Order: sequence, then C-alpha cells, then structure tokens
Amino acid sequence: MFKQKNYFALGAVIVVAVLILSLPASATTRLKFAISSWFLPLFGLADTAQRLPADLADTVLPRRELLQQIAKLRNENQQLKEQQFQTAAFARENEQLRTSLNWRKQTPWKLKLANVVTRDPANWWRTIDIDLGSRDGISNNLPVLTASGLVGRISSVDKASAKVVLIGDPNCRVSALVENAARDTGVLLASGPLDTSLVQLTYLASSANLKSGQNVVTSGLGGIFPKGIPIGQIVDARSVEFGLYTEARVKLNANLGSLEQVWVLFP
Amino acid sequence: MNAFQTSLILAFAFLAVFAEAALDAPRHWLGAQVDLLPGLMVFTALNAGLPTIAMLAIFGGLWFDTLSANPLGISILPLLAIGWPVYLRRDLILRDLPFAQLVLGAAASAAMPLVTILMLLSGSQEPLIGWGSLWQLIVMTAGGAAATPLIFALMNWCNHALGYQVRTETSFRLDREIQRSRKKL
Repeated sequence: MFKQKNYFALGAVIVVAVLILSLPASATTRLKFAISSWFLPLFGLADTAQRLPADLADTVLPRRELLQQIAKLRNENQQLKEQQFQTAAFARENEQLRTSLNWRKQTPWKLKLANVVTRDPANWWRTIDIDLGSRDGISNNLPVLTASGLVGRISSVDKASAKVVLIGDPNCRVSALVENAARDTGVLLASGPLDTSLVQLTYLASSANLKSGQNVVTSGLGGIFPKGIPIGQIVDARSVEFGLYTEARVKLNANLGSLEQVWVLFP
Repeated sequence: MNAFQTSLILAFAFLAVFAEAALDAPRHWLGAQVDLLPGLMVFTALNAGLPTIAMLAIFGGLWFDTLSANPLGISILPLLAIGWPVYLRRDLILRDLPFAQLVLGAAASAAMPLVTILMLLSGSQEPLIGWGSLWQLIVMTAGGAAATPLIFALMNWCNHALGYQVRTETSFRLDREIQRSRKKL
C-alpha cells in the first residue's frame, strides 16, 4: 500500500519539522524574517489596494468641502499652537523646579511613526508587524503606543520590519498604576481571547480602593515602559484568592482591533 | 498530479497565508480568523501524491509560522497529521461530493488548531486560550468547512483552465473509413 517514495516523503517532513523546532531562538528569528521577506511584494500591493479607494475619493471631493476642512484645520492648528505655548511654559516651570530641587532632568519622548503591515493569523496570539526595523533604529522591548494610549512592545526586529506584541498577549506584561489616592500598582495580564478591548489588572493590594472610571497608566517599574503612559480605565474590581489580592478589569484606551498606524517610543 | 498542479497548490497556500494576515474582516465580525490551509490540505490529500502533501505541510506551515508568533515549524506536523490520514483513506472517500468536502474541511479545520495548541502547551509556550477559544474554534471549524468546497471548486477550475488536459482518444481513424460509392474500385 505504501511505496518507498512515500515513506521517504513522510520521514522528510518529520525530520524537517523536528530540525526547525530544535534550532536556537536567534536562528529561528533570522529564518522567520528571511521567509517573511517573500511576502514583501504582497504587502506593497495590499497597501496600494487599500489606499486606492481613499485616493479615488480624494479626487472627487467637492471644492466646498475641501475649503470647509481647511478652515476647520486652521482653527484646530490655532488651538494647538495656544496649547503648545502653555505646555512650553509648564515645561520651563517644571525644569526650574527640578533644578531647584536637584532632581534629574526628564528626557522628552522621541517617537517614530510606523504603519501596521499584518496581524497574527493565529487566533491564540496578539501580535502585529510594523514597517520599521533595525535600520530605523528599532530594537527589542521599545514601547509602542497610539495617540490614545499604550499598545504593546517590540518583541523581535528585522532590518525593515518588527513584530509588536500587544497588551493582552501572554508575552506582554505591563506594570501599571491606578491614578487614585493610594496609587495602587498591579500587573496587566491577558483577560480572554475574544475581547481585545479588556485586560486584567491583577496583584493589586487587597485594600485597593478602586472605582469604575479611574485612569490606569504605566508605573515605570520593570524598566521597559516609561512612567505615565495612559493605558485605560477601570471597569470593575473583585477580590480574589480569599481576599489575598484584588483584580480589576481595565478597558484599554487604544483600539487594538483596528490599529493602522502606531508610534514607537525611543528612550 | 503534475508539477503545475503542485505549484498551483503551493501558490494558493502562499496567498492564503498572506490573506489571513492582511485581511482583518473575519476577526472584526466573528472574533476569529478562519484558516484556509486545512481545507487546502484536504484537497491536496485527495488529489495529489504524498510528495505534494509533504511540500504543502512544510511550506504552508513555515509561511504560517513566519507571519505568526508561533515557534517556527510548529504548524508543519499538524498539517501533515491532517493530510496523511485523508491520503491513506482517499480511495474510500467520495471526493466529488460537496457534503464530503464540507465534513472533511470541518474536521481538518477543527483538528489543526487543537493539535497546534497541544504542541504549544507541551513546549512550555503560553498561548492565549480561555472560554472564548471555544467560540473561536467553532468559527474556525465552520469557516474552514464552508471554505473547503470553494477551495475544491477553485482549484479544479484553475487546473481545468490553466493546466494541461489529457487528449481524449476516439475510435475514429481516417485511414480505416469505409468509402461508400457506386464507383467500382
């Protein structure tokens, strides 16, 4: 029933699988990026195809609407300029106070915009690929965020692309702080495979006084995420393990389900 | 099965993996991404030889793992575990019936994530699983089942339209035609 050729094919697959699985992590990462480069032409095509309807819509947009948009943007620009003056004044004041107290100066955040190229095809991971790589200065563990809040961290880097592991994935744990009177700290873990907007904030003190709507930000502990990046708001809390600690559900500010562009934060 | 058909299957696998990573609509609407590789493996196991099955398992698995956070090579064995039993029993399967394709597609689409997760857990990995994973498994099974007859139809159409067709022999031969005439030969 079985020819010798068939045995050979079957054995070859098993040997290849075992060999690849037993490769060291650095080799598999390099091999992964080498194989993923085969998909680069398709990424370009997909990007063009996605932009085509928007470009077509732009060409047929009426002049009146364009003028309205320009007026709106001018107004927003004016407001932002005013806010910038105010922020600059706060920054100067902050710097003076830090100097007078002999505190270390805060370095401003450096951000780089990246496009989301693909999402993980497997349902049991939460990762995305972005179009920035080591040639753009990206390295492992850099925080990734959007204008609304934290998204995740860089987990592996190639020359032209990088993999981002999102909050809610078991491989992305974040030390977080609740902005309440007690400044309760805990660890953000995955909540479930279906809802990407909710995560679990756990290992909070049993006496934590949590209320719905309280802001959650990064605590700065752990050395990966700088302090103060907004994460989300508390939804509800419950005592677990016979009152040993408190667990809360957090609604994320960033919409992880529809990420198109993200910012990579450099130290 | 010839080299063209093998290339066609591998090209389809490549595009299927890319589509799963680039198109987010099923995840938005249903909460899970549908995997097309199990359905394609069922088609391959019923219509191709073991070398093609082996190539699809290796390349399809590697392409899938490359775009995923899976350890590289973990999807090869689950794909082979689908293709091999179907290949062994293919003489007993009514492969042209859409219902048979649907059932095989459903079984393959359910088995693939289960075997992969089992392998991940046995390799000290920590995939994101919970009660919601049951819903994801249902979506993957139903989606894979619905996609399999479509894969069969598409691949058969591609083979028919682009592949080499065997010339049908007729019993008619010009040199042996009986000449009917009043003329005497």
